Amino acid sequence: MSDLTRLGAAELAEKLAGGEVTSVDVTRAHLERIGEVDSRLHAFLHVGEESAMATAADVDARRAAGEDVPTLAGVPVAVKDLINTTDQPTTAGSRMLEGWVPPYDATVVARLRAAGLPILGKTNLDEFAMGSSNEHSAYGPTRNPWDTDRIPGGSSGGSAAAVASHEAPLALGTDTGGSIRQPGAMTGVVGMKPTYGGVSRYGVVAMASSLDQVGPMARSVLDAALLHEVVAGHDPLDSTSIDAPVPDVVAAARRGDVSGLKIGIVRELGGEGFQPGVQAAFDGAVEQLAQAGAEVVEVACPSFRHGIAAYYLVMPSEVSSNLARFDAMRYGLRVSPEGVPDPSAEQVMSASRDAGFGDEVKRRIVLGTYALSSGYYDAYYGSAQKVRTLIARDFAAAFEQVDVLVSPTAPTTAWRLGEKSDDPLAMYLEDVCTIPANLAGVPGLSLPVGLADDTGLPVGVQFLAPALADDRVYNVAAALERLVAAPVLEEVR
Amino acid sequence: MTTATQKIVPFDEAITRYDPVMGLEVHVELNTATKMFCGCATAFGAEPNTQVCPVCLGLPGALPVVNAKAVESAIRIGLALSCDIAEWCRFARKNYFYPDMPKNFQTSQYDEPIAFDGYLDVEVPLEEGGTRTVRVEIERAHMEEDTGKSLHVGGATGRIHGADHSLLDYNRAGIPLIEIVTRTIHVPAELAPAVARAFVTQLRDLIVALDVSDARMDQGSLRADVNLSLSPKDSGVLGTRSETKNVNSFRSVERAVRYEIGRHAGVLDAGGSILQETRHFHEANGSTSAGREKSDADDYRYFPEPDLAPVAPSREWVEELRGTLPEPPSERRRRLQAEWEFSDLDMRDTVGAGALDLVAATVAAGTTPAAAKKWWLGELARRANEDGTDLADLPITPEQVAAIQGLIDAGRVNDKLARQVFEGVLAGEGTPDEVVSTRGLEVVSDDGALGDAVDRAIEANPDVAQKIRDGKVQAAGALIGAVMKEMRGQADAGRVRELVLEKLS
Ligand SMILES: [Zn+2]
Repeated sequence: MSDLTRLGAAELAEKLAGGEVTSVDVTRAHLERIGEVDSRLHAFLHVGEESAMATAADVDARRAAGEDVPTLAGVPVAVKDLINTTDQPTTAGSRMLEGWVPPYDATVVARLRAAGLPILGKTNLDEFAMGSSNEHSAYGPTRNPWDTDRIPGGSSGGSAAAVASHEAPLALGTDTGGSIRQPGAMTGVVGMKPTYGGVSRYGVVAMASSLDQVGPMARSVLDAALLHEVVAGHDPLDSTSIDAPVPDVVAAARRGDVSGLKIGIVRELGGEGFQPGVQAAFDGAVEQLAQAGAEVVEVACPSFRHGIAAYYLVMPSEVSSNLARFDAMRYGLRVSPEGVPDPSAEQVMSASRDAGFGDEVKRRIVLGTYALSSGYYDAYYGSAQKVRTLIARDFAAAFEQVDVLVSPTAPTTAWRLGEKSDDPLAMYLEDVCTIPANLAGVPGLSLPVGLADDTGLPVGVQFLAPALADDRVYNVAAALERLVAAPVLEEVR
Repeated sequence: MTTATQKIVPFDEAITRYDPVMGLEVHVELNTATKMFCGCATAFGAEPNTQVCPVCLGLPGALPVVNAKAVESAIRIGLALSCDIAEWCRFARKNYFYPDMPKNFQTSQYDEPIAFDGYLDVEVPLEEGGTRTVRVEIERAHMEEDTGKSLHVGGATGRIHGADHSLLDYNRAGIPLIEIVTRTIHVPAELAPAVARAFVTQLRDLIVALDVSDARMDQGSLRADVNLSLSPKDSGVLGTRSETKNVNSFRSVERAVRYEIGRHAGVLDAGGSILQETRHFHEANGSTSAGREKSDADDYRYFPEPDLAPVAPSREWVEELRGTLPEPPSERRRRLQAEWEFSDLDMRDTVGAGALDLVAATVAAGTTPAAAKKWWLGELARRANEDGTDLADLPITPEQVAAIQGLIDAGRVNDKLARQVFEGVLAGEGTPDEVVSTRGLEVVSDDGALGDAVDRAIEANPDVAQKIRDGKVQAAGALIGAVMKEMRGQADAGRVRELVLEKLS
């Protein structure tokens, strides 16, 4: 492993600015690292060597010419393959979009380009971001670099594995019910889901529009904040994007001071059903925060227990509608039904959707179609929306008592591939801690706090703050990061 | 299909036994420069698929942004129809699969329309003369996006069934539409067809006055659906309704109502039951045919559009827009009648023919009201009737009509030649001036040419000439007629008369 891939984004940015290294060197080092380990991990669905190197050379030339370039210019990044890029395919992890090259960049990608970050490639994911293990990728699963027999979490498992294994210092993921934070926890990297509307969704293949959010993944809180700053901010192309200044997340990540801060442990997110090693690591982390001067109390969020049920109605409902556009008419896979000599458009649509979508996607489309059906709408979609309101109220009440909330990110450490494949419900339960933040639109960050004493695998702790207070979670996470000094992966194993 | 054996009961007979229950839905394509949810142009008639982008093609990841101008137009339409304007409303997704709909859902409004609970008072011409004012209640006016267009190639019907292949044009996909839905219209059965026509005609006048749409039925920028069922007289039993879609002229609206009343009566008389279905209207013979069967299984799975923020027009803005409304149609009609010095009958005929705006525009272009009415309700109405189209859809503008009248007033053409100018303009031969010159229609008042013709006429008719010399001036008609014949009508008859009398005095 090259020394350059050991460095984080902030350190690389400093060396690039100081002229100690070039972006071409840094980018090439990461591309070589991908070449070295990705056959074992399958974190990438596409490596964009040519365009990444072109960006790197361009940034180096601009720097050499004395041009003032953005902080992260020249620091490479990996992008989840749910996010549109004009120079690399965007497949959403699905056969449906195999080889599809979007005619337009997502806003976040345009911002990466404007900031001069070479895009190393597109990372693997559960098909259309539907899953918690990356086993639902149509192109085969990503493996956890801490133990390649295990899953990296999902759906941003490719981005998580790439950052954890030093294939990339930074990555973008998306989080609909925990898809950044949970793989962050499983692979020992920082993963942040910003406030809903904080980062543009334009050009991000939609899973559940009212829940999806793009966010950064990195090996340190500061690195995540630096990437957050690049992609966040109002976008007139996304009507749900918030027209307000981005909180100063970088300053917060540099501060890392919890003295006098009130931190609430969510009573409903712990105890029974949580792996003892996870619970122990979490308790230890909270203890450290208390010792550092935070006041730690327990708060009740009784509606959180209905979070999964509500999520599995709202999400598939929106999925069923968002994925209707994949009909083989304008783009994507087109399959003619077998044994039908002169098929109608409807028959082609049907055959294409049957061939193009995997089982988990179909499961959710069927579920959502049912939940929105007339006669069931009020009982399902309607009730789920009411639960969202209740969860938002729980958050509001909790944030009257405390500054941030804390919980484990996931109830377990990474499981073995195939272990939960036949039990979707067990898989869904993995998202119990992360889902409330999506339902209420508040920011949440998962910080690696060490290895579970029972499995020896990474454990994440999640911080939650009120909407638009993204800087608060960065501040607390930065403080805890210094106290716990969670181990970084030495080599893929 | 039972079309062949279907019995159509004559309208007058049908309404002795049944009461029609009628509702209308009108789609208005707004004339905003850009589409409802993206920045694409909306111009009519562009090359297929040249006015498209990721948003209106429904590409993965694309998101809608509401066109504020379309919301403004929706509110103005709502206010002009005396509707309440929602303080807060959302878009909703109407989910169904169809190749011309890029996202396979239409972004529309469901239970939270932008405008609701209004009315339009329409003047309905009565057969026995005079008009009757009917209040048509408006249930709602809501915003939505148009679909693309399918062109089915091959097959007999031009419809998807039986076609060899289909072409898709997404230029129209995403153009803003306002759907205006009436409540059930309660009128005496015999008035129903006329009420339907009057409503659509006068709604169009209103839309044009608001300047929110081209409102061209022939181009589909105003489309009417007729929902109709029959209830046996005094039974209180509601029938099953049919929805006749996209009727594309005022006249056709009236005919569609008539036809459907007769068709329903025929089915019910025979003890049959009406299918809940959409119907296609056929311009050629005024009939309808079965479209798609609708049933309770039609489930659009509406839910609030999560990609758009709610629309919450401030009361200040709504009041500001109220200030921009044109004069209400009924007041405008009263004012114009007074200004034009039209009798009630003149006015009824003008409104009934859908010519009010055309006459007004022609008058504005400098023609007298009487002359404007004469052309629109005479020559042009005859042409529209022959072509089975609406007056407004004839390929002639009020400015051109005024220009032709101007030619008459200037003595350059007479009434008879003017009819040929109309013919030329309608045939697309150019402006009135161009038609006059290419067809050589100008009246000859050149004394040289006329004088020669008069001399020839005198020479050819010595007896007549002698009578005139003897003082029988009324005999001049025969010579004038001969000159006009020779000049193929293109002579100034007054000047010919003067010359004849001069030469024979
Ligand atoms: Zn467009």
